[in-house]
Amino acid sequence: MLAKRIIPCLDVKDGRTVKGVNFIDLIDAGDASELAKLYSDLGADELVFLDITATVEKRATLAKLVKKVASSINIPFTVGGGINTIEDVEVLLSSGADKISINSSAFKDPNLISNLANNFGTQCVVCALDVKKDSRFKSGYQCYIHGGRIETNRDALEIAKEFTDKGAGEILLTSMDKDGTKDGFALDLNAMISQSVTIPVIASGGAGKCEHFYDVFTQGKADAALAASIFHFGEISIPDLKTYLVNKGISIREI
Amino acid sequence: MIAIVKYNAGNIQSVKYALERLGAEFVVSDDPNVLRNADKIIFPGVGEASTAMNYLKQSRLDEVLKTLTQPFLGICLGLQLMCKTSVENDTKCLDIFDYQVTKFDEAKGDKIPHMGWNQITFDQENPLFKGISQNSFVYFVHSYYVPLGKETLAKCEYAQTPFSAALFKDNYYGVQFHPEKSGVIGSKLLKNFMEL
Repeated sequence: MLAKRIIPCLDVKDGRTVKGVNFIDLIDAGDASELAKLYSDLGADELVFLDITATVEKRATLAKLVKKVASSINIPFTVGGGINTIEDVEVLLSSGADKISINSSAFKDPNLISNLANNFGTQCVVCALDVKKDSRFKSGYQCYIHGGRIETNRDALEIAKEFTDKGAGEILLTSMDKDGTKDGFALDLNAMISQSVTIPVIASGGAGKCEHFYDVFTQGKADAALAASIFHFGEISIPDLKTYLVNKGISIREI
Repeated sequence: MIAIVKYNAGNIQSVKYALERLGAEFVVSDDPNVLRNADKIIFPGVGEASTAMNYLKQSRLDEVLKTLTQPFLGICLGLQLMCKTSVENDTKCLDIFDYQVTKFDEAKGDKIPHMGWNQITFDQENPLFKGISQNSFVYFVHSYYVPLGKETLAKCEYAQTPFSAALFKDNYYGVQFHPEKSGVIGSKLLKNFMEL
């Protein structure tokens, strides 16, 4: 049976991982490839790297980081953050990334999704949706761009369907209401989106305990679950989480 | 020396990195002489079948690939191109294996492509799977599949459809999953291939 995926997310800046990663056995917590290798060895099913570098030289440093990560791990990984063009994607994929994630640029030009899908295949196009509860919208959720700072005035469910039709291969769905709360994933939101599209949904935002992952895979109908700080700070260890989920009857890849 | 077949189908970077980690020597080539003289052949591929086959025909690699005698490993689209035909844009393929590559049925309710980690069972006797446990998880990304048949070496099931996760005949192996992305299990399989 297809396994539900557990995905740690790493923020990177100027070619280094940031956000206070706290692993005692790491020599250099800022070294993306070392951290990636550690997560891969612990049983992460995939990794997501989110580049938060603001400078124009970013593409070169990011490509360098992708090469380093790709040469050190043997599980799939996604790279996102500030990707605007086919050329950006070409560089990252040819450096060894398996998928790329786009957000703001997909809203500015939804045809970018189809162009990427046609050029590289739908499987490598992840559309990241940052959504927030908003009763003015039919689905009850509005999408935001630019790291959640700018409203799009677009309905989350409508966008999820539109992006799927354009050729997105996966949706990375972040609940801005839940992000950072550690009180569980947005189950209704995930279930609504996951059941309305024909592509996998990665749930993000709100992970705090093992139970939350169980809930989002069952009630939330998510195909994968992403978290950052709880893994980085060792609040949940991936092997413990996986054992917990296996014992609860979830299809999980144990290593 | 391993030769990775160079053609226009997708990203071979991951395969190169995986071989580097295993300390293998390899070249990436579309030169028939290099391919014929290599100890082993890896035929990777991600992408669309007809575009890939057109390229192989134009460069006359189609005839070369099906007449090789050394251990040969097709990966993902590589495996599908080793079959007779693919329903993906009605493509005539290499016909090393007599199968028609078929698309998963969306009506069965599962999401297409089949993407992620899934379990395989296989013929334990085959050296390609030496030291690998039954029901191991490996990484798949595909919308088309090879049905089961007498050359099926490993099986998997998705969208209520059992399919060939690996095929084997003579010197030809093909795997639908990505050993280069399948963690320690995948590395083990590549190592087994190197030792054939």
